[in-house]
Amino acid sequence: MENTSIQITTKTLNLQDCYNFVQDASCGGIALFVGTVRNTTKNKEVTLLDFSGYEPMAVKEMQKIANQALEKFSIHKIAIHHAVGELKIGDIPVIIAVSSAHRKAAFEACEFAINTLKETVPIWKKEHFEDGEVWVNAHP
Amino acid sequence: MKIQVLFFGITTDLTGKNSTFFELDSNTTVWDLKQQLIAKFSKLQHLHEFAIAVNEEYATDDLNLIDSDVVAIIPPVSGG
Repeated sequence: MENTSIQITTKTLNLQDCYNFVQDASCGGIALFVGTVRNTTKNKEVTLLDFSGYEPMAVKEMQKIANQALEKFSIHKIAIHHAVGELKIGDIPVIIAVSSAHRKAAFEACEFAINTLKETVPIWKKEHFEDGEVWVNAHP
Repeated sequence: MKIQVLFFGITTDLTGKNSTFFELDSNTTVWDLKQQLIAKFSKLQHLHEFAIAVNEEYATDDLNLIDSDVVAIIPPVSGG
């Protein structure tokens, strides 16, 4: 769909690409969510995160989220990009960009998209520590 | 009938596999397959829950599987 940009990539995510995709003269604002790799989990130092996905299904689920956001909120365009592979502290695993005529819809759609992505999109991260590794969420 | 099963996330470690083929009776449901998977790969019991996708769509337990389906084991996701 021309109002959505969905991507899963092993390359470094590009914030400018997401911004440029959603930017439009009809819009009064753009909301951006940028996920970044944090250096600790439960006071334990993280060395790197390894993201893997069921890519064809993950793309479909991300597309569904983008379509739902367009239906639910008065937004113009939405981009959802996710990285897979090994990411270091400070690297960017996910970017969501939303443009709209008025800011409220963009903020709401952006939050809806990241919350839903974390519940439904088949992507997994393994946290690596100095003394081992653990699949996140697998043993809550 | 024969289906392919794909493993992801922690289930690759628990089963030691990325994928396998299963020979099933006709009228096998997603729920039946879950029981067979747990019987064959007992470490899957350590997982408190997992979802199933059939042909890249989330499936409910009552769905009937058909020949050549591609079934994915989806442990709790952790993207973002």
